[in-house]
Amino acid sequence: MEVDMTRIKPYGDTMNDGVVQLSFSLPVPYGEEAREAARQLVAKMGLEEPQVYHMADLGESFTYFIVYGKCKHTVDFTSIHVPKVESEVMTFEEINQFIRERIGRKLVVLGACTGTDAHTVGIDAIMNMKGYNGEYGLERYPEIEAYNLGSQVPNEQLLAKAIELDADALLVSQVVTQKGVHIANLTELVELVEAEGLREKLILVCGGPRITHEMALELGYDAGFGPGSLAPDVASFIVHEIVRRNGG
Amino acid sequence: MYLLLQLLAKTDWGEATIMEAKLNIDLEVVKRARQAAKEIASDVDQMVAAHTTVAIERTVLRLFGIDGVDHEQVPLPNVVVDDLLEKEKLGIGVTPWLINGVLQTGKSPQQVAELIATGDLDLTSLPWSGDEAIAQKGMELAQIGLQRIAENRKRRDELIKRLGTGKKPYLYVIVATGDIYEDAIQGKSAAYQGADIIAVIRSTGQSLIDYVPYGATREGYGGTYATQENFRIMRQALDEAGEEVGRYIRLCNYCSGLCMPEIAAMGALERLDVMLNDALYGILFRDINMRRTLIDQSFSRMINSYAGVIINTGEDNYLTTADAVEAAHTVVASQFINEQLALLSGLPPEQMGLGHAFEIDPGLEDGLLLEIAHAQLSRQLFPDAPLKYMPPTKYMTGNIFKGHVQDAMFNLVGMLTGQEIQLLGMMTEAMHTPHIHDRKLAIENAQYIFNNARHLGEEILFRPGGRIERRAQEVLAKAVEMLEEVRRIGLLTAIERGMLADVKRPQDGGRGLSGVISKEEGYFNPFETLLRERLGLAPREGYTNGSGYDSN
Repeated sequence: MEVDMTRIKPYGDTMNDGVVQLSFSLPVPYGEEAREAARQLVAKMGLEEPQVYHMADLGESFTYFIVYGKCKHTVDFTSIHVPKVESEVMTFEEINQFIRERIGRKLVVLGACTGTDAHTVGIDAIMNMKGYNGEYGLERYPEIEAYNLGSQVPNEQLLAKAIELDADALLVSQVVTQKGVHIANLTELVELVEAEGLREKLILVCGGPRITHEMALELGYDAGFGPGSLAPDVASFIVHEIVRRNGG
Repeated sequence: MYLLLQLLAKTDWGEATIMEAKLNIDLEVVKRARQAAKEIASDVDQMVAAHTTVAIERTVLRLFGIDGVDHEQVPLPNVVVDDLLEKEKLGIGVTPWLINGVLQTGKSPQQVAELIATGDLDLTSLPWSGDEAIAQKGMELAQIGLQRIAENRKRRDELIKRLGTGKKPYLYVIVATGDIYEDAIQGKSAAYQGADIIAVIRSTGQSLIDYVPYGATREGYGGTYATQENFRIMRQALDEAGEEVGRYIRLCNYCSGLCMPEIAAMGALERLDVMLNDALYGILFRDINMRRTLIDQSFSRMINSYAGVIINTGEDNYLTTADAVEAAHTVVASQFINEQLALLSGLPPEQMGLGHAFEIDPGLEDGLLLEIAHAQLSRQLFPDAPLKYMPPTKYMTGNIFKGHVQDAMFNLVGMLTGQEIQLLGMMTEAMHTPHIHDRKLAIENAQYIFNNARHLGEEILFRPGGRIERRAQEVLAKAVEMLEEVRRIGLLTAIERGMLADVKRPQDGGRGLSGVISKEEGYFNPFETLLRERLGLAPREGYTNGSGYDSN
């Protein structure tokens, strides 16, 4: 079947049927009026023939809905451009070999959850010896001196440690994003690094479930890694970036 | 020889029945583990006995009824304690100074604190009323302070008797809006949906601030500040919901971090029912100084014990940093240590919500068998403890549909192995704080499985020599080996070496060490004296000034 890449629509079981599933709650009491409110709202979202398949009383005058509808909008896939970390992803062995041959010294990499963020799952997956999902963390890399500073590290402290250890790269993990707290926190680190005159020297990388490479670039970072990123993704970027900055 | 263990189920677990042990475990090994843990805890307790902390002294002030803030929003307990700390007068505790102030001015503890806050009174420059008079007045006021806690406990018992509670495992959900009034709505909504325990997650970072914020708060990050007023608002909301649904709804918060004993006191004063309370968690995951928080914990657990609060410990977290298969024995070892530390604070097993978790990589073949082995092992090792079972978090991915199935597997294991506090997993774990319908779906999931498999556990005996039994024995053997090693080097050194959760913490590092104070001759804390007496603990030796403190 021919797909028109300039007019892409959701696919349920037939091309261009536009079927979308939604679930949400409304602050209205459970009942037929609630069902109608959900239906009308979904129609306003640009979904035709909205069907409320399930609703439930959440108490306190809240109602939950599962709704299907057919999307009338389309997007032009051919015009999409998403900035991505472009460096080629290498394996554990390749990265270490690359450092030995192309850089010729051990790299110092610091990782931390900064600000009030206490969720270390992400940074641990990248840094810890054991790593995640079968990929060793940076602590295991013979050519990388990795320091995981843990959770709730103030930006000032991270920077002080970076200066003390003469770091090449800082990895900042931000999991808590309520009320945009991660944006303020990430921005502050860039400002501190710039104020110390270290922006050219340090590679700044951020990561977390709601981080994208595009957002990272906008905030003044060199790269951003979203969910599912592993140590080789991050390490490959860092080593290529160092070589690039050294003039290839 | 493995003995078949017969356990009398003392809890209100379904009908009171003789629960057969489902796994063969070597009772001699269990005995060795307990003995090692007992010696580890006793070693810690010697360090604890010789010290107090700024948080403990602030707790004493709160129990004397001191509350409120000064013109700069500094809580009055901090104002009074900081003043004495600066003058290096805290070695005998805050009590002698405060009570002397009360005797000399004829004012109440609250009024004395207010005078200090305005700079109109210096406790250290007043004439001394004499140790005996101070001891007498201190004990008198402490009795009054503890009275309110005793009344709250009685009130809870009455409500539970009248309303009843949900069936175990209790359905435990969190609210985390940042706004206490929003939390109250969500908490009530969850109660209507079937939740038995509502925990209000604290604002991220609160564990690291050395004071407790004051009043109702409407702004927080990833949670809501624990304040006494917030406790009161939430308590009232859940009492209302409890009356409507005909079931007592338990309220949970966190007495961990730098204000551990203060929050225990506030919870006791506002009738909280469940409290996260684990020094090891603070050390490993919040980088709080180990001496500070172990000392704080000892007193906080006495308060929790007296208030009838179930504590929850944080062993489950070890499995978020270390691997859940490799580190399973560290959970068990820590449960034994937490049990013994709790006993030293007079906390009975029925209030020990020891923690563990369902955190094995879902991609692992037979992972479910290992989860069952771990959960059943904890159940049999701590038969009277209302175990707190934590849901998958580490391998939750944003694929909410798979996450919902992972949570279902977790619920099945919880029911099968007789867990008592089931912290419901949210399919949106790792994405955002739970939405109102995330909780609904989680509760539906648990209710379906708990009801549908209610007596499955009674039907199952694990095959002798089979995979599950071998795994349980292996974990237990490694746990006892670890406990005996920790006993040899001491708990503080073990933590320094990263033996728990793969996290290393130095003894003199971390937050809050400057708030640790060596007790001096004449140290007096009448609440501790009374609590030790009422909880059936032997008095601490060597740190009281004479025999004038006996209560009557």
